[in-house]
Amino acid sequence: MRMPLSKKISLYTLLTVSAFLVFVPIIFAFLMSFMNSQDAMLGKIIPSVWTLDNYVKAFERLPLLKFLFNSLMTSLLIMIGQLVLSSLAAYAFVFLKFKGRDALFFLFIATMMIPFEASIIPNFQTVKGMNLLDTYPGLALPFLATAFGTFLLRQTFKQIPKELKEASEIAGMGHFKFYLTVVLPVAKTSLVTLALYGFLTAWNMYLWPLLSTTNDHVRTVQIGLKQLQSQETVNQWGVVMAGAMVVAIPTLILLFVGQKRLQKGLAEGALK
Amino acid sequence: MNTESAMPFEYNQVHFEELKKQQRKKVFLKGLLFLLPSLLLFSIFIFYPMIRTVYLSFFLTNQAGITTVFVGMQNYIDIFTSPIFMKSLTSTFLFVLFTVPGTIIVSLFLAVIANEKIKGIGFFRMIFSSTMGVSVAAASVFWLFLFHPSIGFFNKILVTFGFDKIGWLTNPEWALASVSLSTIWMNIGFTFLIILGGLQSIDSHLYESANIDGAGFFYKLRRITIPMLSPTLFFVVTVSIINSFQTFGQIDMLTKGGPSNETNLIVYSIYREAFVNYQYGTASAQAVILFIIILIMTVIQFKLGERKVHYQ
Repeated sequence: MRMPLSKKISLYTLLTVSAFLVFVPIIFAFLMSFMNSQDAMLGKIIPSVWTLDNYVKAFERLPLLKFLFNSLMTSLLIMIGQLVLSSLAAYAFVFLKFKGRDALFFLFIATMMIPFEASIIPNFQTVKGMNLLDTYPGLALPFLATAFGTFLLRQTFKQIPKELKEASEIAGMGHFKFYLTVVLPVAKTSLVTLALYGFLTAWNMYLWPLLSTTNDHVRTVQIGLKQLQSQETVNQWGVVMAGAMVVAIPTLILLFVGQKRLQKGLAEGALK
Repeated sequence: MNTESAMPFEYNQVHFEELKKQQRKKVFLKGLLFLLPSLLLFSIFIFYPMIRTVYLSFFLTNQAGITTVFVGMQNYIDIFTSPIFMKSLTSTFLFVLFTVPGTIIVSLFLAVIANEKIKGIGFFRMIFSSTMGVSVAAASVFWLFLFHPSIGFFNKILVTFGFDKIGWLTNPEWALASVSLSTIWMNIGFTFLIILGGLQSIDSHLYESANIDGAGFFYKLRRITIPMLSPTLFFVVTVSIINSFQTFGQIDMLTKGGPSNETNLIVYSIYREAFVNYQYGTASAQAVILFIIILIMTVIQFKLGERKVHYQ
């Protein structure tokens, strides 16, 4: 379908203006992270001199590398856990027919209605009781099981032809082997989507890391940024912005690379 | 003769039934095995905490969170007669009222203009979804700067046009609106992606035949896009409402619940009551209220959704 030129021009204008408005907070922060404190105080938008000082200072002031590593470990742990647990559960909901399965499925749905934020008190006590405060498992454990991930993978598994399962049964293949050698490879794309989503949300977690970490050895980069910001003195905005950039850029890149896949996957998991 | 042939048949039948039963038991056990890890974690970190929260809400606790005195409904009476909690509830509802429609309208607009198949559209989609990749902490820092009283961008614009500066985060009249605005920005990325996915799954023939009939843009929006998109919108509204009720990070970073408790949203209130004041009992009572609100919202959504949503 061809579009008249006038419509094309107005559409591009609309897109450009909207993109600018959406992205402008990030642009400002990015520019400011290369500014010296004088420029920041004067409220300049574009630095008069470009400098990396803010980044150097941010890494000096806080063990940011350690925080980044902690975030990476926690997020990977959550991501892998979600992939394993959701795919196992989704397999049961698609390929194993047994009494009580629907009731269990309902139980999974119910978990989506219980907000984690409302159950932080017992969860904090549980993790503390397990002596897991200030550990990676303590940070990750409450988030390994996910109903959303299970639904997403269930949609994909359902599309696997029944004949494949029957053939595998004739070949004497057990459920677990079928799950490992047939289902998982076939569902690769959805697994990647879930991995992406899981990693992204884990990296960006705030409340739980705030509660469950008390020292720099396990503190995640989000809480590190909060520390950096609360130490902020009047003329140190550039340093805080540099910290924020360090926090945001890994996930921004991840999002840009996987945006198409994420969009498709989210729509499938959410709506069918 | 007849009995002879019937015997093994019957025997087989019984044997077969027996086998089937065994088979079913085996599948049941296998099913449980596959579900066990998830069920176990759900029990520990979702179902048990919910029950435990309800239990705690009937008690007074010491600083370690161990129950000391059973007080029945007293914690509930306390929170509902506390002006601070009542204000927190009001603020939370207002916040939901600001952010949910705001997020959805902006995201719908962005998704509609980003759904055209033109050159470079991938770039715009990337930008529109970008806020999903920015964490609450980073986004809060960006907005802290925009809202900054002296060097912040908003006040600079106001000054340029000859208006007085506004204490975006410190003026009780503006704080909740400012936090809402930044929250809308943070939510756009995710909501945009979901709505765009919904738009792309609408059958293009519908538009083609509307074009042949000479239908205009708004006619198509009202008669095709919105109805066909209703399952997506329904989902997005539900998720946005639930997320809004659970807002925490930006409050902790931007306002700490102030000024004068104006932005003390319910999760922040629970957090403060439990982990700053060590009042686990009343904090749990507040958490139970949050459970109930979200439960009611979800049920209403589903009831309304059943009637209003158009499924393909």
